[in-house]
Amino acid sequence: MSRIVSSATIAELRESLRAIQGDGLKRRPVLPFGVAALDGRIVSGGLRLDSLHEVAAASPDPSDDAAATLFMAGAAARAWGPVLWVVRRRDLFAPGLYQAGLDPDRVLYAEAADDAEVLALMEEGLRHRGLGAVIGEVKRAAMPNTRRLQLAAEGGKTIALLLKRHAREGGNPLHVPSAAITRWRIGSAPSEPLPVEGVGRACWHVALVRQRGGEPFQTIMEACDETGRLALPARLADRTAASDGADRYSYVDAA
Amino acid sequence: MQPEGAVARRDSEAIARSDKPGRRREAPSDDSWFARGEAPFATESIHPVPRSGGWRPGAKWAREGGVTPVTEHLDTPRHGKAKVAAQIAALPAHQRPPLRDLGRRSEAAAPPFRAMPPDEATGGQPFRPPGSLPKSLGPSAQSVLPRTRESRATRDTVRDSGPPLSRRNTEAAPLVTSFRHGSRLVIAAACPAARALGLVPGMAITQARALVPNLDIRDADPAGDAADLLHLATTAARRWTPLAAVSGIDGLLLDITGTAHLFGGEAKMARRIVRLLARLGYTARVAIADTPGAAWAIARFRRPGEGRGRCVAWRAGRPKHSGPGLRRGDGFVIVPPAEHSKALAPLPLAALRLDPTTIDALVHLGVATIGQLAAMPRAPLARRFGDALITRLDQASGRAAEPLDPVIPPEPIAVTQRFAEPIATAEAIEHWLSHLMQNLVTALAQAGKGARMIELIADRIDGVPQHLRIGLARPSRDAAHMLRLITRRIEEIAPGYGIDALALHVRRADPLGAQPFEERLEDTSADIAPLVDTLANRIGDARLWRMQPVESDVPERSLASAAPIADATRAAARLKPDDVRRLDRGTDLHPWHPRWPRPARLLRRPEPLDHVIAELPDQPPRRFTWRGQTHRIICADGPERILGEWWHRTAEADSVRDYFRVEDEAGHRFWLFRRGDGERPETGDLAWFIHGAFG
Repeated sequence: MSRIVSSATIAELRESLRAIQGDGLKRRPVLPFGVAALDGRIVSGGLRLDSLHEVAAASPDPSDDAAATLFMAGAAARAWGPVLWVVRRRDLFAPGLYQAGLDPDRVLYAEAADDAEVLALMEEGLRHRGLGAVIGEVKRAAMPNTRRLQLAAEGGKTIALLLKRHAREGGNPLHVPSAAITRWRIGSAPSEPLPVEGVGRACWHVALVRQRGGEPFQTIMEACDETGRLALPARLADRTAASDGADRYSYVDAA
Repeated sequence: MQPEGAVARRDSEAIARSDKPGRRREAPSDDSWFARGEAPFATESIHPVPRSGGWRPGAKWAREGGVTPVTEHLDTPRHGKAKVAAQIAALPAHQRPPLRDLGRRSEAAAPPFRAMPPDEATGGQPFRPPGSLPKSLGPSAQSVLPRTRESRATRDTVRDSGPPLSRRNTEAAPLVTSFRHGSRLVIAAACPAARALGLVPGMAITQARALVPNLDIRDADPAGDAADLLHLATTAARRWTPLAAVSGIDGLLLDITGTAHLFGGEAKMARRIVRLLARLGYTARVAIADTPGAAWAIARFRRPGEGRGRCVAWRAGRPKHSGPGLRRGDGFVIVPPAEHSKALAPLPLAALRLDPTTIDALVHLGVATIGQLAAMPRAPLARRFGDALITRLDQASGRAAEPLDPVIPPEPIAVTQRFAEPIATAEAIEHWLSHLMQNLVTALAQAGKGARMIELIADRIDGVPQHLRIGLARPSRDAAHMLRLITRRIEEIAPGYGIDALALHVRRADPLGAQPFEERLEDTSADIAPLVDTLANRIGDARLWRMQPVESDVPERSLASAAPIADATRAAARLKPDDVRRLDRGTDLHPWHPRWPRPARLLRRPEPLDHVIAELPDQPPRRFTWRGQTHRIICADGPERILGEWWHRTAEADSVRDYFRVEDEAGHRFWLFRRGDGERPETGDLAWFIHGAFG
C-alpha cells in the first residue's frame, strides 16, 4: 500500500518538476537520425530542435575535428531552412560541407573575434526564429553562457549546435558543466574495408557522453552521406548476436 | 509676346555630326597635297620638284643650300632643317609625316599592323580614355576628345583635357566609335583627326577601314551617353538654374531666366558654362535666345565666329546689353532680346526640328530657310503640312509656349530635431530617436525609397559631433527595425556636456515600391534580412558572408565570398542575352562534385610533409611525417590530378598536383598531394604536402 502511494507521489513530484523546468509541451520538434540504434537510445528520439547540443572531437587531431564538423553539418543539412555558422577562423571548406548535404546557399557565415562574441551571435540567430540551425565554434563556454543559449533556443525550431574545440593546454572540453541537452564526442574510425584497393566509406566513433534524462552510449557509425544521414555499418547491422565490433578491428589489422 | 526664359545647350556629339570635313578646311592645303605631289608651302623654293613626284618634307633636294653643312643654319628658321621643322610643326598633327619619312633611320618603322591593346588593359570593356577624363564622359565625347591633337579644331580648352603629354606626342591613330545599324557597322562619332581624313558619322566601318588603315575603332555606348547627359543635366540643375532639361541625345536646355545675373550676366555665364564643360572634357556650344526653339536652332546651326563649338543662348528678360546683332564669344552666341526671328531667318529648315519628309517637301517647293518659311501665309501651310509645322514655327518665334520637362535633382533625405535644453541620457536620446525615425520613414515613403544606410549625427554643445552609422541589407522603411538597430548602439554616443541636436541622414537609399503580399496558410520561412542587419551592424559587413561556388578545380579557388543577401538583379544579369552558354539546355551541374573527396576543413596553405615514402609515378605514400608525428598508410585513393590554370597565371601552365586520400592505421583520413606528375620534371619538384583532413 505504502509503495503504491509513494509511486503516485513520485509521479506527482515528477510532474511538478517538469512544470518547473518548463517542459510543458508533450510533443517537441525532434530531428531524428533515422537510425534505430541511435534514436532508440536518445530520450527524445533524436536531436531536439529547440535546444542546445554540444559536439566535441575525440582528439585535437584534424581528422577527428573534421569528423565532428561534418557531424554538425549533417545535422544542419537535415534541419530546415537557413543555417548560421559562427566561426573563429575561416578554415571551413564549403565543398566538403556540400558533400555532407549542406548546400552553400543555405549557409550564412559569421566570423567572431572571441568566444563571447560567438555566443552572442549564436543567441541573436536563435532569437531570430527564422533559421533552421545555428552552429558555433568555441573553446570555452561557461555554464551561464550555455544556459542563455538553451533559453534562447526554447520555444523555437532552431537547433543550436556548439562545437567545443580542444584548448591548447589539453583537457576534455566536454568536462565543463553545461546546460546542453546532449553532448557528443565524435572521432574518426577505420573505414569500411573494401575488397579492392582504396578507402571505403568513412566511419566514426560516435559517443553520446551525456544526455539529460538518459544513459550515455557509444557506437560506430558510417559517416554522413550526401544528404547528411548517418548509417549503421553493414557488419554491425548484420552481425550475429554473439559477435561484437572486435572482429572488425582484427580484420583491418590483418589487411 | 515673347516667353521669358533662357536656354543654353551643350553639345559634344554635334561637333562630329555637323562639321563636314570640306567645310572645315580653311585652306586648300589638305592632306591631298601628299597625293598631288606638290608642296603648298614650298612655293618660294627655287628647287624643281623631281619628275617622279614623291616630295617629302626634309628631302635633301628640297633644302635650301643643298649640301651646305647643317650646323650653319640649324637655328635659323628661314633655312634648311629648321625651316622644314617649322613647316612640319605648322601642320595638323595627323598630317605630319612620320619621323622615318624625314630621313631619321634610327627611328624604328611603325609595324604594318595596328597595335592592339593587351587583353588585360581593357578587359573587353568599352573604351574609357585614361587619365583626366571624368566618369561623365559619353562615348561620343570620348571619340572626339582624347585624340584632339589638332590645334585648329580644339581651341584652347579641350586640348587641356586630352591624354597626358607623353601619350599625345606618340603617333595616335584616328579614333572612331561604331554601332551596329541593321547588319552593318557604321561610325557613330569620329575624332577631329578622323574627320579630317574624311570619316564622317554614318559611314560604314568597312569603308572607313579601307580609307584609313590604322583606324582605332571602339564600341559606342549610347546608354552610357544618356546616363552621362542626365548626370550633366542634374549638375546644371544644381549649379545654374532650377529648370534644366535634357534635349535629345546631345543637348541640354537651361531656363536661365532670373539666374544669369547671379553669374555676372549672360555672356559671363555662357563663358563659365563652356569652360566648366571643357574642364570636364566636353566641347560645348552655348546659345542664349528668347525661346527654347531658337536656342536649339542657333546652337546647332549657327557657327559662332571661328570656334568649332556652337553656342546659342536663348535669353529672356530685359537686356542690359542691347547691342545690335549677335554677340559672339568663344564657344557661345547670345541673341539679343526680340532679335531671334532675325537670327533664325538665314538658318536651314532642319533647325526647326521638323521631320525629314516635311523638310523634303518644303525644299521641293523652293523653301530653304526659316525666313522664307515664316514669310509664307500660314493657313495654306497648315493645310498642306499640318499643325506640327506651324507649332514648330511658333515655338521658335515665341508665339507658342514650349514647356520644359526639367530634371529634378535628387534631394538628400534627412530629419533633424533641435533641443532647447541639451539632453545627455540614453533614455532621452532613445525617445527622440523614435520620433525622428517616424519622420524619417514618412520622408522615405514620400520619396518612394528604402534606406540602405542611415547615419545618426548628434551635435554636442562643445561642437564635437557624434556619428553613428547603420547599414541595412535590403532597402527598408521599417521604423521599428531601424530603431532597434540604432538603439542597440546608443552607448557608443559620448554625450559629453549634452547634445543639442539629433539628425538622421539617409546616406544610401534604393527605390522601394509596394511589396507583394503572399498569403499562405503554412508557415513560410522568415526573412533573414533583419538578422543580417543585426549581425552586420554588430561585427561589420566584412565578417558576414556566404560561400559561392566558382568553377575551378584548384581547391583554393573553387569558392568565393559573396554578400549575405544576394542581389536579385545581379544574379539575373549574370548571363548576357547573346551569351553562347544560353544555348546549353542541359540542367545546371553544380560546380562542386558531390562525390570527389573534399575535406571539411582546408589548411590555410598546404603544409609540407617529411619522410615520405612513395613509389613513383602514381602510388600513394606508404608513410609520412607531419607535425612530428609519423603516420603509416593503410589504404588510399588516388591520384586525382589537378592541372594548373594557365589562364590565371602563365607560371602554372605546366604545374600539376596529384591528390590522394589516405587513411592511416588509427583511422584518420588526410588529403595529401604531390607537386608534379612524377614523370616530367617541369610539372613540379615531387614535394609532398597535406592540404586538409577528412572526417
